[in-house]
Amino acid sequence: MKVSLFITCLSDAIYPRVGEAMVRLLARYGVQVEFPKTQTCCGQPAFNSGYWEEARESARTLLAAFEDSDFVISPSGSCTGMIQHYYPKLFEKDPIMIEKAMQLQEKTYEFTQFLVQVLGVKDVGAVFPHKVTYHPSCHGSRLLGIKEEPLTLMENVKGMELIPLPFAEDCCGFGGTFAVKMSEISAAMVSEKAQHVLESEAEVLVGLDMGCMMNISGNLMYQGKPIRVMHLAELLYEGVKQA
Amino acid sequence: MSHGQQASTVKERSHIALNNEFLRKAVKFTTERLRNGKKKATEEHGNWEEWRERGRQIRLHTIAHLDYYLNQFVENARANGVHVHFAADGKEAVELSMKIAASKQTRSVVKSKSMVSEELHINAALEKMGIEAVETDLGEYIIQLAGETPSHIIIPAIHKNRYQIAELLSKEAGETLPADTSILAGFVRRKLREKFLDAEIGMTGCNFAIAETGSMVLFENEGNARMVSTVPKTQITLMGMERIIPTFADLEVMATLLPRSATGQKLTVYMSAISGPKRDADADGPEEMHIIIVDNGRSLQLGDPEFQELLNCIRCGACLNACPVYRHIGGHAYGGTYSGPIGAVLTPALQSNVAEWDDIANASSLCGACYEACPVKIPLHDMLVYLRNRKVEKGYGQTAEKIGMKGFAAIMSNSKRMRSVIKMGQIGQKLVARQGMIKTKIGPLKGWNSVRYLPSLPNQSFRERWGTLEQEVQASNPKMSDEVRQRMEQALEQRKNGGRHHG
Ligand code: SF4
Repeated sequence: MKVSLFITCLSDAIYPRVGEAMVRLLARYGVQVEFPKTQTCCGQPAFNSGYWEEARESARTLLAAFEDSDFVISPSGSCTGMIQHYYPKLFEKDPIMIEKAMQLQEKTYEFTQFLVQVLGVKDVGAVFPHKVTYHPSCHGSRLLGIKEEPLTLMENVKGMELIPLPFAEDCCGFGGTFAVKMSEISAAMVSEKAQHVLESEAEVLVGLDMGCMMNISGNLMYQGKPIRVMHLAELLYEGVKQA
Repeated sequence: MSHGQQASTVKERSHIALNNEFLRKAVKFTTERLRNGKKKATEEHGNWEEWRERGRQIRLHTIAHLDYYLNQFVENARANGVHVHFAADGKEAVELSMKIAASKQTRSVVKSKSMVSEELHINAALEKMGIEAVETDLGEYIIQLAGETPSHIIIPAIHKNRYQIAELLSKEAGETLPADTSILAGFVRRKLREKFLDAEIGMTGCNFAIAETGSMVLFENEGNARMVSTVPKTQITLMGMERIIPTFADLEVMATLLPRSATGQKLTVYMSAISGPKRDADADGPEEMHIIIVDNGRSLQLGDPEFQELLNCIRCGACLNACPVYRHIGGHAYGGTYSGPIGAVLTPALQSNVAEWDDIANASSLCGACYEACPVKIPLHDMLVYLRNRKVEKGYGQTAEKIGMKGFAAIMSNSKRMRSVIKMGQIGQKLVARQGMIKTKIGPLKGWNSVRYLPSLPNQSFRERWGTLEQEVQASNPKMSDEVRQRMEQALEQRKNGGRHHG
């Protein structure tokens, strides 16, 4: 069975540590991940801005790179959502590509979906003696319905105090190109989100989407607040090493 | 005059709103209250998701057969003695209303809350004719005194706080009124009493129109719509052509969904179903009743696979209350009659002038809170993307963005090119990166770095790291347990049988 990593362009360039944590964590269950190097980006920045031809050019690299994978796993609910919800729409007029798009749709999983739903893992055996708060990113939690999976994994981490994030389900204001195009509105949103993180008094903010994490941590750094921001895969892997 | 063309951009308007502390506090306070109310009411309901799906199905079915149900409604309403008129656009609807007003030598019109009448700017037209038009919904009354337009579908004065309202009403009263809600409401009630008795015409909106009986239904909390529809001799109802539902049984579903979604109320305080003018045996009611069915861009959505569901909207305002963008910028920043996520899609769609209105479609992070809140599950977050796409496909993309996206495609269509771009970034950032952060505010980083820092790129991207990482992992010689293998095989098996569905 071929399990492939879809790293996402953001984690590839900025957060390779997230991909590494995923690969090492999955290896503990005997899942040997492979990494097709011809992959690039899911195309969401272009798609969401209305540039669908440009999005298709990017999407084609994924359709080709994962053509013979059995499982494709990604550290982003947003990019997984792009494949699952919009690839069939993107290629609806192309009978050959839509077939491939639907195959990829079937086999793509967000990281915690794969870990919990497919592998049946609920407790990775991690120890993480810190106060942690969790931001459920919109695309993963709302559009893919990933709500229970991360909570199950976190509840089973030993020594960790999971503090509820006030107004957790509110968007952090990232929205990809939105943060640049509508920077003032986005700024108001991220400032409010960071305020809630600070109110939680957590030492660590954890999430399932590095776009949102980059946004919130960027604001926290700007404010000079030393709150550690991590992907859940990183937290779990660090916790496993400590155990 | 249909939706009011804006000279400014959503960016400029939101800049003003974001710097208005009163507005932000007031909008945040009330949307918070409303969405918490909704949350509680839907949890208490118990079967919310099933009812939501039922609501969606009723709306989908009705809109798919809108011609049939409209006909049925019109026939029944006419049989009940109602004068039914059709208006293709705002101008026609206004002319029809004016004609009726002129034939009654009207000096004064009392109105209950109607978003369609806002869409048509009917008050301005009436006033031009020398006819006084008085809003009788408390929020609408306040907005009218302030000379503004509603900034929320159901709470028109949501952007004003108690003190601002007291100030407005004091001016009207000619004395200083305290910022006490019951005193203020008492003043307005007394004031409006006179207006109700004076008016020749009562003008209403329409929440639902029931095809099987030809009845129009009004939902309200203040009792003012009952006054508007019983005291004056003539009633004019302005109704969007999509307000139809087939039967009274369907109204039960709507009466469950709408108040809970709007304010968290189990039921609206007054629900009036009016099936025609006063009959001999009736104690009250208008002697003459007109219903003006307004198209004004609605029929453009019929048959459009991407936007037809817009007509399913029951105008509850839940998407506004859930929207994190609306919370910060309020309704006026959207620039149209309808604000929030529904407004951002409806305004351009009704106008079918994507080139000029694409702007507000950009004022969304596509977080999907609107879709989740919507009692009839309209996928507004998808429609926003479709609007952006139409703009681009029709050739109205901004030049800088077009070039940027061409660049994006050139890089992302080829992994080697992507790799070299990352490499260039790693080298190039040396000028600006300090301690893992980039703080400069030049060029495209200006907006982002005004409230954030950008992380700098690590020395190695994942694809550069992969070679050694793969070796290290392989060296640890991971073993797969039987259970894990079985589960994975099972997942593959299920997939073959079409078992995995993505919603
Ligand atoms: S789109 Fe949905 S949530 Fe928004 S006003 Fe219409 S019915 Fe209500």
